[in-house]
Amino acid sequence: MRIVCPFCGERELGEFTYLGDAKPVRPAASASEDEVFDYVYLRDNVAGQMSEYWYHGGGCRAWLKVTRNTLTHEISAVEPAAGVGARKVGA
Amino acid sequence: MVGRAQTHRLEKGGLIDRSAPLGFRFDGKTFAGFQGDTLASALIANGVKLVGRSFKYHRPRGILTAGSEEPNALVELRNGARREPNTKATTAELYDGLEAASQNRWPSLRHDMMAVNQLFAPIFVAGFYYKTFMWPAKFWEAIYEPAIRRAAGLGRASGVADPDHYDKAWAHCDVLIAGSGPAGLAAALAAGRSGARVILCEEDFVVGGRPLADGGTIDGMPAAEWISRTLSELAALPDVRIMTRTTLFGVYDGGTHGAIERVNDHLPSPPEHQVRQRLWRIVAKRSIVAAGAIERPIVFAGNDTPGVMMASAVRSYVERYAATPARRIALFTNNEDGWRTVETALGAGLQIAAVVDARPDVSPAHRALAAKAGFPIMNGSVGGVDGGKHGVRKITVSLTGGARAEVEADGLAVSGGWNPAVGLTSYHRGRPKWQNDIAAFVPDSAPPGMVAAGAANGAFSLGACLRQGFAAGAAAAQDTGRSGKAGTAPAADDEAFSLTPLWHVAGKGKAFVDYQHDVTASDIELAQREGFESVEHLKRYTTLGMATDQGKTSNVAGLAIMAAVSGKSIPETGTTIYRPPYVPVAIGAFAGHHRDENFHATRLTPSHHWASEQGAVFVDTGLWKRAQWYPRPGEKDWLESVTREVKAVRGGVGFCDVSTLGKIDVHGPDAGAFLDRVYINTFSNLAVGKARYGLMLREDGIVYDDGTTSRLAEDHYFLTTTTAKAGLVMQHLEFCRQVLFPELDVQLTSVSDQWAQFSIAGPKTRDLLREIVDPAEDLSNEGFPFMGAREVTLRGGIKGRLFRISFSGEMAFEISVPARYGDALARNLMLAGKPLGVTPYGTEALGVMRIEKGHVAGPELNGTTTAADLGLGKMMSTKKDYIGRVMAGREALVAPDRQVVVGIKPVDKTSRLRSGAHIIPKGRTPGPDTDQGYVTSVCFSPVLDQWIGLGLVERGRERIGEIVHTHDPLRGEDYDVELCSPVFYDPDGGRQRG
Amino acid sequence: MKYSIFSLARAAFSGHKTWQRTWRDASPKDHYDVVIIGGGGHGLATAWFLASEYGVRNVAVLEKGWIGSGNAGRNTTIIRSNYGLPGNTGFYELSMKLWERMEQDLNYNTMVSQRGVINLYHSDAQRDAYARRGNTMRINGIDAELLDLAAVRKMMPFLNFDNARFPVQGGLLQRRGGTARHDAVVWGYAHAASALGVDIIQNCEVSAFVRDANGKVTGVETTRGRIGAGKVGMAVAGSSSRVAAMAGLRLPIESHVLQAFVSEAIKPLIPNVMTFGAGHFYVSQSDKGGLVFGGDIDGYNSYAQRGNLPVMEDVCEGGMALMPMIGRVRLLRQWGGIMDMSMDGSPIIDRTPVDGLYLNAGWCYGGFKATPGSGLVFAHLLARDEPHEEAARFRLDRFRRGAMIDEKGQGAQPNLH
Repeated sequence: MRIVCPFCGERELGEFTYLGDAKPVRPAASASEDEVFDYVYLRDNVAGQMSEYWYHGGGCRAWLKVTRNTLTHEISAVEPAAGVGARKVGA
Repeated sequence: MVGRAQTHRLEKGGLIDRSAPLGFRFDGKTFAGFQGDTLASALIANGVKLVGRSFKYHRPRGILTAGSEEPNALVELRNGARREPNTKATTAELYDGLEAASQNRWPSLRHDMMAVNQLFAPIFVAGFYYKTFMWPAKFWEAIYEPAIRRAAGLGRASGVADPDHYDKAWAHCDVLIAGSGPAGLAAALAAGRSGARVILCEEDFVVGGRPLADGGTIDGMPAAEWISRTLSELAALPDVRIMTRTTLFGVYDGGTHGAIERVNDHLPSPPEHQVRQRLWRIVAKRSIVAAGAIERPIVFAGNDTPGVMMASAVRSYVERYAATPARRIALFTNNEDGWRTVETALGAGLQIAAVVDARPDVSPAHRALAAKAGFPIMNGSVGGVDGGKHGVRKITVSLTGGARAEVEADGLAVSGGWNPAVGLTSYHRGRPKWQNDIAAFVPDSAPPGMVAAGAANGAFSLGACLRQGFAAGAAAAQDTGRSGKAGTAPAADDEAFSLTPLWHVAGKGKAFVDYQHDVTASDIELAQREGFESVEHLKRYTTLGMATDQGKTSNVAGLAIMAAVSGKSIPETGTTIYRPPYVPVAIGAFAGHHRDENFHATRLTPSHHWASEQGAVFVDTGLWKRAQWYPRPGEKDWLESVTREVKAVRGGVGFCDVSTLGKIDVHGPDAGAFLDRVYINTFSNLAVGKARYGLMLREDGIVYDDGTTSRLAEDHYFLTTTTAKAGLVMQHLEFCRQVLFPELDVQLTSVSDQWAQFSIAGPKTRDLLREIVDPAEDLSNEGFPFMGAREVTLRGGIKGRLFRISFSGEMAFEISVPARYGDALARNLMLAGKPLGVTPYGTEALGVMRIEKGHVAGPELNGTTTAADLGLGKMMSTKKDYIGRVMAGREALVAPDRQVVVGIKPVDKTSRLRSGAHIIPKGRTPGPDTDQGYVTSVCFSPVLDQWIGLGLVERGRERIGEIVHTHDPLRGEDYDVELCSPVFYDPDGGRQRG
Repeated sequence: MKYSIFSLARAAFSGHKTWQRTWRDASPKDHYDVVIIGGGGHGLATAWFLASEYGVRNVAVLEKGWIGSGNAGRNTTIIRSNYGLPGNTGFYELSMKLWERMEQDLNYNTMVSQRGVINLYHSDAQRDAYARRGNTMRINGIDAELLDLAAVRKMMPFLNFDNARFPVQGGLLQRRGGTARHDAVVWGYAHAASALGVDIIQNCEVSAFVRDANGKVTGVETTRGRIGAGKVGMAVAGSSSRVAAMAGLRLPIESHVLQAFVSEAIKPLIPNVMTFGAGHFYVSQSDKGGLVFGGDIDGYNSYAQRGNLPVMEDVCEGGMALMPMIGRVRLLRQWGGIMDMSMDGSPIIDRTPVDGLYLNAGWCYGGFKATPGSGLVFAHLLARDEPHEEAARFRLDRFRRGAMIDEKGQGAQPNLH
């Protein structure tokens, strides 16, 4: 698998570390235990297009949001993950 | 070596170099061959027919094919540490002095006692072992299985370390081509002329593919001449690389292909400083599979007799190697292509005994040829073969209409048609589709960027191969943005291909589908009868296609027979999943240089060379080598050295390289706010010039890491991690910073490798430090109090960082200097400390002192403990949010009966504690219900003069003073111990503050 | 027909024409007391235990492809009960005891071979962790031995002891561990369950749950029509999230690909099952002679059932580091299975919040060794509606309660378990 890092260009899988689903957003400090439990433990585990976190530790140290098909491994988009897991204002 | 006469070598012809004779040995006998031979062709040239024994029945077997699809002719190649089991004689290049031995036979190939298995053949049917060997239960391991294991297996591995080296390499190209036959060469021409970067891999050691044996006319010239001209043109192109002896074995994601280059397998051993093989990871934007097709056998009784050979292989041996597998040969074919063999054989002066053609009719041209050459054409099929280990003697033919005929022959060429090599195109789990006119599976889908061309795509005529290959090459180049002119495609005739499918000739006697695994047609019928109808069940039940040839000659015939007996069509029956690698690949090649000491990288601390001069014993800590202790002459064991080091520190001064700790500079106006979110305790209120111990949780509330973090300036913190988590904490913090808290203005810089850091500890620490740092620096308790942290200037002007922190419990500092000064600092500490009796200490002494002080470390931070478990629950701020806060409050994580850190002291002071012993209440029987925890860390405490430890014990803090039992059945050591405070030494901390 | 050497000999006289199907080729009935989704080892074992231990015989096992086509047919065939945490320890030992009588229970030779499983250690810290685990095993009545370097050397003289990057220091040995023939386990359970009346229905993919007005699951829609059920049990590791989603459930599970590898067959070389402690590599040798080996999961969510080169290289590097004698042995086949990687690395066997739907999931890469135990405890749950005592900790709500069973101590990140 190869990932096109938006900062470094196309690089081999070995430079990256996987974290997981980029969909869950970290709940607010006021969130209930149930909400945080959901964030930490429950996963859609989609078969198909999934957006996910990869860390370019062997390169620029950017966290990336990669859109990848879990059935085929084909990658359709790579973006910086800046703020992806952050609570949005007003949310 | 002097060989005997090559009795089956033609006087002339072939792509062998007769000026380069080579001697070799097979099963101890000496033979001769030529440069350009394979072991198989050389054996054939010497009239050797019997080369191996089958897996189950130990049937005598000869050479079936001339390529990597060979199921029978497997040998142990080379000797000693270089012995390679299961090497296909058909792909092993001959070299002078080659030594090979047949395998899976005892005592000899000719007289194999295991052939007795054939007597049990009526019982040894597919899957028989699932039905027996069950009683009595204990007999399986004791009797049945060892016997089965000894009988099974094929060749013998060397049993000793592989002496050769392997390499791994990357290559990148626009267009990758598998196969150098007409389609592959045409593709390379088109892509290369278009300006594409091309890599062509050919598994053979000669470029050209089938025309090497089958000739043909391309662009009006003999195929050989066209190949040679094409190679010249390709060589002149700027970026076309042809890699022979290189097999493309797999295709992975993102256009990554795996290839194995047999760099030096054609030599007795690799030349000095050269590798045996090289694993290539080839990244290609487009790939073209022009890997050809594999001729398939027909299943009939006795089809495994030595001397029965694929028709195309007969042509290869005769034309390419000038070696004759037989003198009077019969042909059994169901297709037009098989007839080429007749022309080849006649051309080489061989007799044709008969042609048995299963098709309803043959062409007038063939009839004319038969009449001229004087051989009969028989309509029908071969129903049996007489012969044995000495080879084919007689063939029984079932003629259409029911009559039988017998043909005397010493060889039988068989062609059941051709199967396109669909492996590579199917490795992403794509299933090939059935094509009726050639009665074969052809690629349907392929991994992204890959297409098949030529015979691999079901196009069997020379003209079609060239056209398809050329078109694929041109298109691939275009797709990658190369727009040069491809010119015109090479042209050749489209010879007719007609075939009447014939998979199995019913009859008496064993008819083999999978030669190597001895799977017969009746095994497939049995599998169907027992419900193993799915092709995957068929494969697993009968082991069809699971041999070293990966089913290349057997799979399609097997499923065709299954289709017939289950009354389904072949496409309905389907194929099994194709799995890489395309050919078996040496495990050593996948490992490359990552073995022995080079398995993983080695990281050396800044003071490593100095410590090594001091005679330090090193310990592996992750990738690091750390000084574990520094033995001195006369010390009888590690414990004596470590005890001395501890005493020296506690009584004077010592130092230890702690550079392996992770170090992160945290900069920015929000640095404090950021740390507040990642630590359970607060750092935004830390005064500049002070350090604080911090604890991080994972988001699930479990402790992740700990360390001290100092505030060097209003907007600059210096954070340390444990050695083990250095990289992971950096990754975690970057995640928090980039992904979770983008609103914070903060930057992280890993400076782990930038700073050499030493812990200097003991009551005389200041005396030593004063010799190191600039005299202007105030090191007094007032000028540099406990938990102080600031930049300092060393004598000589070097800037460093000094932290008054203590892991040992003594008056201590940690000092950082730029890593390049680490070695000098160690030497200067020794020099300056000499009058003070300074003692370097290693990780063992460090560990002893931390246990004496009750500091938790790796064994306690085991990924399942909470802050409260470690006795650090009070650090958890209630005034802010932080990573892990909410989940840490879950009921089971705050339950009162959790196992928590306590100190442990044997009641009998002479007892030696061991980590991993369990804690059982005194007087209770050990069992799941009485297992209350375990000993996590132990040491011999020089201060207490006894072994002490830390443990995780149920409700431990409430039970201080209780006598419990440490239970260690593994080592047979059980003691009474007292649960105590984990702080064994200087509990009020006066020494470190002094 | 009972399988034995005598029945084999008798059948030989008829050219083996007398053998019947190993399991009946059943067509779905309208309704079953219990429908089990997933014709792998766990599903079939569950059906057999339901029929043989709990007297529930009106049972169907639905398999979308051919039985054993999931992870039961794609693993490295290792069996062991060398776990360290309460919950796992007792359960896997229950399973081990069932392995020890499997052939006689099923009248099918599943080739359970107790050749020993040894976990090698390369550091003091690893030794201590194994000591803790081995002592746990002993306290639970499970065999375990802590071997020092000399003992390991004697047992496996072919390891790289002399110039290794991380020298072997010893190992934790469970002699009762070993291997079993994975496909035969599937066929053996199918054979025995079918004989007790269980319907095994292949090529039958579940597309939806049928639910009544109260939300209770009362059946399944399949490619072979609607099938009613008193209870529905899921045993579809690898696809658990997809099937659970049909009932509106989200699970603490991610699907990951685990590769395995087999070499060409060679004469006996490796006597036992070994795990390398300084890299990701474990190996045994099959009765046929192939070295069967594997390592880490590829590390990213996947349903593709195939892996990539980096892990393959990593595994072979581990193998060569441990025993450089395998350098010239050739890797024959590579395959990938989809693992239910749970949030603590341990399985889930429990009722679900949906009435009538029961879950057997989250086996990570340890499902094969659990097969008989999983079958028994899941059958118990389905039959009695309460957890078996040895599965009492495998509850779905343990994550919510904070009662994780985390052997590796990696937390809520499935790809690290």
